[in-house]
This record gives sequence, structure tokens and C-alpha cells, in this order.
Amino acid sequence: MGQATTTAPHPHASPDKSVTDGRLQGLERAGAWRLFWWKFKKHRLAVGSGILIILIYLISMFAEFLAPYAPGDYGARYTYAPPQGLHIWDGENFSLHVLGYDVEFNPESYEREFIVDPEQKVPLGFFVKGSPYKMWGLFASDIHFLGPLDPSQPMYLLGADRLGRDMLSRIIYGTRVSMTVGLVGVSLSLFLGVLLGGISGYFGGHIDNAIQRLIEFLLAIPTIPLWMGLAAAIPPTLPPLQVYFMITIILSLVGWTGLARVVRGRFLAMRNEDFVTAARLDGAGEVGLILRHMLPSFSSHIIAAVTLAIPVMILSETALSFLGIGLRPPVVSWGVLLQEAQNIRSVATAPWLLTPGLAVVITVLALNFLGDGLRDAADPYAD
Amino acid sequence: MTETSNDNSTVLSVTGLSVDFPLQRGVVHAVRNVSFDLKRGRTLALVGESGSGKSVSARSLIQLVESPGRIVAGEVRLLTGDTPVEITRLGPKSPLIRAIRGRRIGLIFQEPMSALSPLHTIGDQIDEAIQLHLHVEKAEARKRTIELMRQVEIPAPEQIVDRYSFEYSGGMRQRVCIAMALACDPEILIADEPTTALDVTTQAEILDLIKRLQQQLGMAVLLITHDMGIVAEVAEEVAVMCQGEIVESGNVDNIFHAPQHPYTQRLLGATLKLEQASELRLDTATGSGSKLILSVRNLCKHFEQGGGWFRKKTPVVKAVEDVSFDLHRGENLGIVGESGSGKTTVGRMIMRILEPTSGAVRYTGDDGAGDSDVLKLTKSELKRYHAAVRLVFQDPFASLNPRMTVKQIVGDPLMINKISRGRPLQERVAELLEMVGLSADMMDRYPHAFAGGQRQRVGIARALALEPRVIIADEATSALDVSVRSQILDLLLDLQKRLDLSFIFIAHDISVVRYFCDRVLVMRQGRVVEVGDAETICTAPAEPYTQALISAVPNPDPRNKRMLHRTRFNSVLAGKASAAPIN
Repeated sequence: MGQATTTAPHPHASPDKSVTDGRLQGLERAGAWRLFWWKFKKHRLAVGSGILIILIYLISMFAEFLAPYAPGDYGARYTYAPPQGLHIWDGENFSLHVLGYDVEFNPESYEREFIVDPEQKVPLGFFVKGSPYKMWGLFASDIHFLGPLDPSQPMYLLGADRLGRDMLSRIIYGTRVSMTVGLVGVSLSLFLGVLLGGISGYFGGHIDNAIQRLIEFLLAIPTIPLWMGLAAAIPPTLPPLQVYFMITIILSLVGWTGLARVVRGRFLAMRNEDFVTAARLDGAGEVGLILRHMLPSFSSHIIAAVTLAIPVMILSETALSFLGIGLRPPVVSWGVLLQEAQNIRSVATAPWLLTPGLAVVITVLALNFLGDGLRDAADPYAD
Repeated sequence: MTETSNDNSTVLSVTGLSVDFPLQRGVVHAVRNVSFDLKRGRTLALVGESGSGKSVSARSLIQLVESPGRIVAGEVRLLTGDTPVEITRLGPKSPLIRAIRGRRIGLIFQEPMSALSPLHTIGDQIDEAIQLHLHVEKAEARKRTIELMRQVEIPAPEQIVDRYSFEYSGGMRQRVCIAMALACDPEILIADEPTTALDVTTQAEILDLIKRLQQQLGMAVLLITHDMGIVAEVAEEVAVMCQGEIVESGNVDNIFHAPQHPYTQRLLGATLKLEQASELRLDTATGSGSKLILSVRNLCKHFEQGGGWFRKKTPVVKAVEDVSFDLHRGENLGIVGESGSGKTTVGRMIMRILEPTSGAVRYTGDDGAGDSDVLKLTKSELKRYHAAVRLVFQDPFASLNPRMTVKQIVGDPLMINKISRGRPLQERVAELLEMVGLSADMMDRYPHAFAGGQRQRVGIARALALEPRVIIADEATSALDVSVRSQILDLLLDLQKRLDLSFIFIAHDISVVRYFCDRVLVMRQGRVVEVGDAETICTAPAEPYTQALISAVPNPDPRNKRMLHRTRFNSVLAGKASAAPIN
């Protein structure tokens, strides 16, 4: 069935009908990637998620410029300051501003209370001068995308933490670490997965058996104790950057198994495909066979699998850092930020400390939707 | 059934049926303004090639059109019972249509394996069909199940009713499907390519069975098929479909002996053409006295199954046992057999895709290199051998890399063997494409832009790229429609004449072999049953198995129904029946 729906030229129609038919022209000369793109485009949710993911990576690239403050800037006056609403209208004309705080001391609870003062307007502006930074460690600047015109006035769009640091800035800086952990970790997993999965699937036999048992062994170890054990091996004296790399390596050492299985499965399926046999009979060597015929046939599957592996990495990093065995301050990642929200009391007084969690959820969901869309489009010849 | 079967009143009437499939790039009109009547006790054959809309038409009779297809116009009136029912008015999921499906209109599918659930026993599946429609007790349903199984000639139904579908052979599974379709005495039976997945002898039995049951029960049968031979053997009325329309309909004798529409004439012509040896071949036929090019001696292949760490070793399967033959220069040798006869394995061993367990293959090139023992070739010698002996695959879709353009596919062997590249490569590819009847400006297209026959031409062009001496064609035409099939065969014969090729043609289809081959090797269960001249094998075979095989092939002439008077090879039939472990 489904034969009636085929758009391929009918065998009895004149064989050159399709040539004269301009509408079919594009389809005939469309390569695998173009078909892949056409199919992917139909998956609206995935396209939207893809755009969101690109935005998130752009944010992580331009964190210094986009964040209103440096991640370590603190203001003692504004500890646990609540989020301010962004106003664009002051009653008469356009003016971007937030409302300032009146700080009152509650004599009963000994707590400071922030009361929004409608009289006190903090005018904001784009491309304002703020705290100095070095973009990508290369050139110095102090221009920020958005900030108060007077740097001494407060602007906490997502509130402040217990040291009065701006949550928004910290989440933006956290994006950089969390998102790159995902990417670097996955590239390492990808290398291990494609290599071992490819060997396993292509050669089969005892090699396959050994690698598969190794994967099963790795999968059988509970992940959190395994991470803890490996993370404990990182010397506490190491500089933050090295800790960061060690964590990525740990994550990918545990995470390559899934990719290896995908690659092995594709290789096994592909090895007996007629067109691979045909290429072998054409005289193609093993390397040519793999590089020219087999790898292109499942590269899109690999991309989809990788996209689905990134959120796992991000979640793992978040979990590790949250437990205090991953990255440590002063490195800022979403997991490190969530450490602040570990006790009920601070969450009760400052629920905005959970906003990094929201960033994690949005990113992971978007990556999953994107991965789903890619997986569906991965085989453009399926129907 | 109270009426007698010679009352030929109309039971279902279809008028102006149209089905559309709205797709991304516009609407496909799969079925256009189709009308026909089904009469009690009569068989209407809906014939057409792939994509003609015959299956969609049949499925719309019971509102089973696949999404996104929709019935956009027409009426389907079920005329039995007290009041006529207008089926197109019923919702596809309404209880009313479900009462008709299976109850009053039974359906048999092409693939009996996927139509049965592997999780439930055969008995339970038939019981379920009975209970759903007749609302009877389990015990009573089981009684009816046994009775049905006996009716469809399943031996010893009491003993095998509780087995699973995978324990049944293909023919037995199709019998089960028929039993299920008959569970509630339907007035109409729709058989959608019921025998296409079956071997020719099994096909004959199943068609016999349907015919017999129809006479007993007085059903109207709608038979959907692409095979004109089957039509001639079993149908009374014929409707020929082409691109969604019925181009001609009428009495079977008229359709076969006085076809009016050019499409019908072409379809019949292509079918009848394959009933005799090709004229092209008669000109070129070279005697077996010419030079030997390939010789196969005592070839065996045994598969050992299981034998993993914790798996039990099962007995060896002897896929090919002691096969010997010679191929002479310019000769076409056919290897014929039913599924599981080992014919494909032989071809793959000659190509050394599979390593033989024992035996010898010798190839004599005409470059004066003398004999070479194919099974002992070194890697570089094997590469040279693979350039001289080429394989054409069965599936024109799977055998072309979908990610490469036609130029890359056809040029790949030339590039790998460093014969040419760049401009000369392009010229050679253009030459090859023109040789197989494709235009050279098609070379930038991808395989998905071609229909089955054109793809097979691309596959042939690839095989010719290295100027081979021998081509092994493994079911090279069985995935193609009949008219395309004869075109491809003619192309191969023409190429043979021009390029001095020899063919080993592996097929299950006797007519193709008769058309194409000089000599035929009949295989059964891994062994050679009979070897001989193609014409002799096809008209006067010596061995009982070959006789049974040949006589089971449907004859596309309603005045001379060969299949119904076929020779039965009893041990074959018994063997089929007990293919499931039944004693």
C-alpha cells in the first residue's frame, strides 16, 4: 500500500515527463541533506527549539556583553533583593526604567524588607557603561547591552542572591559553562562512541562481544556513585578551569555508551545493505566503503543522537555541581547557582534563586525537541 | 447462505468512487471515478500495475483508506440484507462499519505474516474474529474455529490450533487468514494480492481453495492482482486499472481475446511475450559447444546456527548441497527454484559474498590468463575477478546508494579501479547511461527521482561499467511491473549481443526464464533437480517436481486454464503442509 501515493513518475508515463515538469526538477537533484532539511522544516516545534538553542549558545558566547554586571559583583545593600519589573512607560512618554527599592528593617523578624518605591525611578539604557570586562579575554570594554544609566543604582531583573549578586548576570555567565560542558563532553563521547561503536559494528564477532559487554558493565554501575567516585579523584587544589575539564572528561567517559550503541546498530544494519555489497563488488576497500558509503548514510542519525545526548550532559553537570562534587565557586554554572537553592529557608525567602533551574528545564526541553525533529528527519528516504 | 450460488444478483455496487491523497506538493488522485459491481458467486479481478490505485479502491469499500487519503466522491452500496447500506456515508471508525468489516465483507491481505499477531495462538485469533461478530461463547467459537480450519484444508486442526503464526508456513498462514475472513460467512471476500508473497505451487493451492470456497458459500470475490495469469485462471469479470482509473472492464474472455483499450493490449502483450522464448535470443543463441567461461563443481553451503556463549547449537542447515554446472560464453543460464531452494546462495557464493563450505568455482577469462580458481584468489586477483563477473541486484531501491547521484553511482567502480576520472569519467558514464536507455543528462539526479525500471537500468549501467564478461542477475526483474520487466529483459538481451556477455539468471518466475535463458537449472531444497534446455524444461520437463512447478504457473489464457489441471507433486504438497512442525 501507499504505492498509490508515490509521486515518482509512473513507469508508463513517458520517461522524460519529469524533466519537463519544473516542479519535480528540484526534488530530483536534491541531495540527502536538502531532503533532510525539507523534512526537518515540517517539524515546527523542532525548528522553534533549534532557533532557541542557537540563541542560548549566542548568549553564552556574548555573556560579558549581555550580562548587566560581572558575575562576582556584589552589593551588600541588596542581599536577597526581589526581582524588579521592567517598565517601558512612565505615564507620558517612552522611558525604560525599573522602580527602586526602599529598604526597611523589620524589628520583629530582624529581616530586611524591600518595598518597591514607585517614586524612585531607575532609568535604564542600552549599550551603557558598566563594570569593565575583557571580551573573550582579548579586548577590554565596559559596554553592556542593558543596564542602569547610573551604575551605582540597582537593577535586579531576576533578583539578587545572598551576597546581593545579580541572578540574571550569573545565569547568563552560567549558560557559558553549562552549555559548553554539554558540547565538549558530547564531542568527546562522540569520538569514543563512533570509534568503539564503529569497530564493534563493523568487525563483529569477538570484538563486538567484548565491547558490548564493556558497555553493559558501564551501564550497570549506578551513575551517581560512579560520578562521586571519579569526582573525588579530582584534587581540590586544582584551578577551576582544570576542574571543568576533568568534569567534562568524567561525564563523557560515562556517557559514550549510548552513542556507541547507536553507531553499532547503524553499522550492523548498513553492512548488509545491497548498495554496500554493490560497492564492495565494485572493488571498494574497507576505508572507502566506510567513509564513502556507510558513514554518510548515518551521519544524520549521529547528529540526532548527539543532540539528544547534550541535555543528558547538561543535566549531569547540573546534578554533580548541585551535589557539590562538580564545579565549585567561583566558577558559575547553572548547577553551581542551584547550590544556593539547596535549603528551604533561602528558597522560601528568595524563590528567584530557582531561576537557574528554569534555564536548565527550558534548554533541556528545547534540545530534546530539536533532537526529536532531527531524528525524524534523519532518514529522508523512509517514505 | 440460503440462496443458491447460481443466483448472480449484484451484492455490492460501486459508482463514481474517487479517493484523494492530499500531500505536501499537491493532491494525488489515487482513484478517479471508479465504478464496478460485485455479483454473488462471481469473481471480479481488479488488475493493474503498481500505483494504479487498485488496492486503495478495494480498501475504500470498507473504509480502510490509509491516512491522509479520503473518499471524495462516489457511492459504495451494499445490496444484501433487508435495506441497502451506503458504506461511504459511514464513519471510518463507526460501529456500523465495524459490523460490516469482517462480518459481511471479509478481507485477505498480501502478507500473511504481518496480518497475524505473533503473540496470540492461531486459534485465539480466529476465535476472536468469531466472538466479536457473532457474540458466542468461547467454547462454541472454538468449535467453529476448528470447523473453519478444516474448511480451509489445514490438516489436523485440533492438534495445531494452539500454535503460533511463526510455526506455520507461508501457505498455511494464508489459509489461516482466509479462515478468519470466512469466520462469519461474509457475502463478499476482498483478496488483496493474496498470493504475491507465496511460491508458485502454494499460490496455485490457495487460489484453488478460494475458488472452491466461493462455490461452496456463494461469495462474491474481489481479487486484486497484478498478474494477468492469475486473472485468466480464476476470474469471471475483469476491470483493468491504470493511474487511478478503470480503463476497461468486462468478461474475462473478451478482455483476453478482444481487448479494446491500448493499455490493456500493452499489458497483455507484455504478459504473453514472456510466454515464449525471446526472438532476440533466437538470433544469437550459441550452442553449448562454445568456450567454457565459468564452471561450478560440487558447491555446498552449510549454515551453522546458534553456538553463542549460552546458546545451544542447532543442526546444520544445508542451504546448498552439491551443485555443479557450467556456463559457456554467450550463454544464458537460468537458475529456478522456490523460496529457500538455495538459488540466491549459489549466486552469492560465485561472487564470493558468501564463502562456500566446499566445492570449486573456476573462471576462464578470455585475456589468456587461463583458468583461475575463484575460491583461492588473492585480494587483488579477486578485485580483477569482480570486474569481470558482476552482480545485478533484485531490489532496485536498496541497491543504489540514495545519497549519491547517478553519476557517482555508475562512476564509482571506474573511480575505485582508477580507470578514469574527471572529464573522461563523465563521458564514460554518459555512454553507459545511453547504453541502458537512459538519457545522459539524468546523471545529476538522485535515485529517488527514478521509477523502479529506470533504477534497475542504473544498476545495470553500474554493472557494465567495468566491461564484464559474466553478469549474475539475482531476481533482477522480479520487483518490476510486467511491462517494465520485458523491457529490461530485452535490454539485457540486446546488451548481450553487443557486448558478448554471458548471464546467470536467478529467478523464481518461470516465464522470465523461458523468455531469457538458453538452459535452465531447477533447484529444490539446495539441490539441483533437473538441468536442461529452457524450452524443454518449460514444456516437457522430465522430473515430477519440475512438472508440478511448471504446471502450477498460471496461464494467461482463460480458454486454457493450466493451473487448475496441474500436475501435483505429492511429496511437495505434503512437504509444504508439514513445513510447520506438524505430524
